[in-house]
Amino acid sequence: MAKTLYDKLFDSHVVTEENGTALIYIDRHLVHEVTSPQAFEGLRLAGRKPWRISSIVATADHNTPTNGWDKGLSGIADPVARLQIETLSDNIREFGAKAYFPFMDSRQGIVHVVGPEQGATLPGMTVVCGDSHTSTHGAFGALAHGIGTSEVEHVMATQCLVQKKSKTMQVVVNGILGKGVTAKDVALAIIGKTGTAGGNGYAIEFAGSVIRNMSMEGRMTLCNMAIEAGARAGIIAVDDTTINYVKGRPFSPKADQWEAAVAYWNTLHSDEGAAFDATVTLNAEDIQPQVTWGTSPEMVVGIDGKVPSLEMAKNEVQRGDWERAYAYMGLTPNTLISDIQIDKVFIGSCTNSRIEDLRAAAAIAKGKHIAPNVKLALVVPGSGLVKAQAEQEGLDKIFTEAGFEWREPGCSMCLAMNADRLASGERCASTSNRNFEGRQGQGGRTHLVSPEMAAAAAVAGHFVDVRDLS
Amino acid sequence: MQAFTQLNGLVAPLDRANVDTDAIIPKQFLKSIKRSGFGPNAFDEWRYLDQGEPGMDNSKRPINPDFVLNQSRYQGASVLLTRENFGCGSSREHAPWALEDYGFKVIIAPSFADIFFNNCFKNGMLPIVLKADVVDGLFNQVSVTEGYKLNIDLSAQTITTPAGEVHPFEVDAFRKHCLLNGLDDIGLTMQQQDKIKAFELKHQQAQPWLFN
Ligand code: SF4
Repeated sequence: MAKTLYDKLFDSHVVTEENGTALIYIDRHLVHEVTSPQAFEGLRLAGRKPWRISSIVATADHNTPTNGWDKGLSGIADPVARLQIETLSDNIREFGAKAYFPFMDSRQGIVHVVGPEQGATLPGMTVVCGDSHTSTHGAFGALAHGIGTSEVEHVMATQCLVQKKSKTMQVVVNGILGKGVTAKDVALAIIGKTGTAGGNGYAIEFAGSVIRNMSMEGRMTLCNMAIEAGARAGIIAVDDTTINYVKGRPFSPKADQWEAAVAYWNTLHSDEGAAFDATVTLNAEDIQPQVTWGTSPEMVVGIDGKVPSLEMAKNEVQRGDWERAYAYMGLTPNTLISDIQIDKVFIGSCTNSRIEDLRAAAAIAKGKHIAPNVKLALVVPGSGLVKAQAEQEGLDKIFTEAGFEWREPGCSMCLAMNADRLASGERCASTSNRNFEGRQGQGGRTHLVSPEMAAAAAVAGHFVDVRDLS
Repeated sequence: MQAFTQLNGLVAPLDRANVDTDAIIPKQFLKSIKRSGFGPNAFDEWRYLDQGEPGMDNSKRPINPDFVLNQSRYQGASVLLTRENFGCGSSREHAPWALEDYGFKVIIAPSFADIFFNNCFKNGMLPIVLKADVVDGLFNQVSVTEGYKLNIDLSAQTITTPAGEVHPFEVDAFRKHCLLNGLDDIGLTMQQQDKIKAFELKHQQAQPWLFN
C-alpha cells in the first residue's frame, strides 16, 4: 500500500505496539539547559543511567547572555540563570553525551541550529528535544518533535517514547514565490489559513514546487513553524538539496557508509497516491510578505493589509480574542500595517538566524541606517559557527554600520529569558515565531516577520513592503 | 505518579481560546531546576499587577482583581474550564506543573495542544475534551451558580453536573490505565527492555551511521 513519509518514519521505529499505542525508538536526543535539569534529577533519584549516551547532543541556549562574554560565566548577573547553565554542564559531566557545546564554546548556539549544522540531524532519524520547535529537524525527512520533561527523562532512560500515531496533513504550496517573499511568509500564510489549532493531532508534510525549490534553511524555517500551526511535527521529503546539505558535516555518515545512507534516504518521500487525512493548498502567487498584528501567529495579514475589524471574526470566541489582542497590542481595527511604528527589532531565533537569513537582512540594511525612533535593533546569530561565517562575509560590519547591535549566539529576545527583552508597551519587529502576550518581555508587543521585513522596518521605523525597496 | 480516579471539584472558568504555555507559566520562572513550587506563579502576568520574578514573596504582591481566578468564589477550584487549543506554544512541562501545584486536577476544553495534553497525563492530571457546545453550556452554568462543582469519574468516563446531567468523555485506554493506577511510564517501558535491545540491534545493522 502507498505510504506517506510520516508512516514510513513512524513504522520503521516501532519497537512494539499494542492497541494503537506504540513504543518508538529515538535516534537523536537534543538537550538544553531549561527542560533537562528535572529529567536528570529523576534519573539520579531512580539510580538510572542514559540508555545510549551516543544519542545525546547538548548545548546551552535559552538562558545564555548575548553580550559580556569576556567576563565568562561570572558575567551572568542572574544567579538563578547561571545555576541552570552550570547544572547542565554538571549533568553532562555526570551522565555523558556524544557532544556538548557549553556556554561560549565556538559551536554553541540554538539547539535547532546546532543539530543540523553538525550533521547531528539526519534523514530518517527520530529526533526529540524538550522544546516544541524540534519540528525544525523534520526539514531533513526526519520525524522530529518536541517533548515534555517527563518524556526527556523517559527517552534518556529507555531510548524510547510512548506514542500514538498522528493523523497526516499535506500542505501543498505550488507556483513561484514573488520577490521578497520568503519561507517565513509561507509559514505565516499557512498558519493564517489553518489557524494555530488547525494542525492539532496531525503531522504536516510540506510539499509542492515551492518547497522543492526551497533551500534547506528555508525548509527549516517552514518546519520550525509547524508547531505554530498546532502540529507537533512538520516534515519534508528528502531530495538532492537535503543530501547535499548533509554531506561532509562533522556527524554525517563517513565515506564507507555514505552510499548506503543515501540509497536509504532516497526512499524517504510519500509514495505516489499515498492518502492523507487532510490536505491544504496554497498558491505561491497569492502569498505576500506577512506581518502578524495580534497575540497569536494566526492573527496575520499581508503587508498591504489592515488590522482586521471585529465583523470579520468567525465567532464569539474569536471576537473576544481579537478584542483582547487590540488592547494588548495597542492597535485599533483598520489600522494600515504600514502605519505601525516600531521601537525595537530582533533578528534571530531558531526560525530565522541562519546564514541565509542574516545575508538577506544585511542586503536590506546595507548602506542604510536604523530610523531614529528605533531604540534597539539586535542581530543574534543562531550559533557560533553562523556568527563566524557572517563575520567572514563582513555581514557584522554592514549591521553595525547601519546601527544594529551584533551579538553572541543564543535564543535571546525570542523568549527573553536572558537580559534581552522588551519593556512594557514596546513594539518589536521580530523574526522569531511567537507573538504571545509577554513572550518578548512583560507587556511587550511582538510582530512576526521575515528577516528582510525586519531589516526594512528597522530602517524605515515602521513596517514597509520589502518589494517596494530597490 | 499520583493516581487519579474520581473528583468532585469546584469549577473555575477561563473564558479564552488559545491560552498558551507562556501565559500559564512565564519564562522567568523556567530558570528553576526543580519541578515543584510553580503554583504561585501560574498565570503570573494575568494574576498580579506587578512584574513577577523568581524569589519574590508572592503573598505580598498586588493581585489583579479583574482576573477571574482571583475572585473569591473560585478559590479552591480543582477543575479548570476553558476554550479551544488550551496549552498551545512551548512544550514546557512547567505549565502542567504550575497548574497542578495551583490545585487543578482536571482541565475541560473543546481542544488542547498536543504536547500540553500529553504532559498533563505524566503529572496525574486529566485533560478532558468535550464538544464546544457542551463546554458553552458548562460556562453558562458556572457563571450563574456560585459554588458550581462537577463530578468527574475516570473509570466510568463521565462528568456529572449538579443537576445530574451526564456527559461522557473519551480517553485513551493506555493513558487511562496509567492514570487510574498511578503508573510510572519509565517503569512500564523498562519491562520491554529485551524488545528495545532487539530492535536496537536490527536498527544498527540496517543504519549503522545512526550509531556513530
Ligand atoms: S530560539 Fe526561541 S523558539 Fe527557538 S528554541 Fe530558542 S526560545 Fe525556543
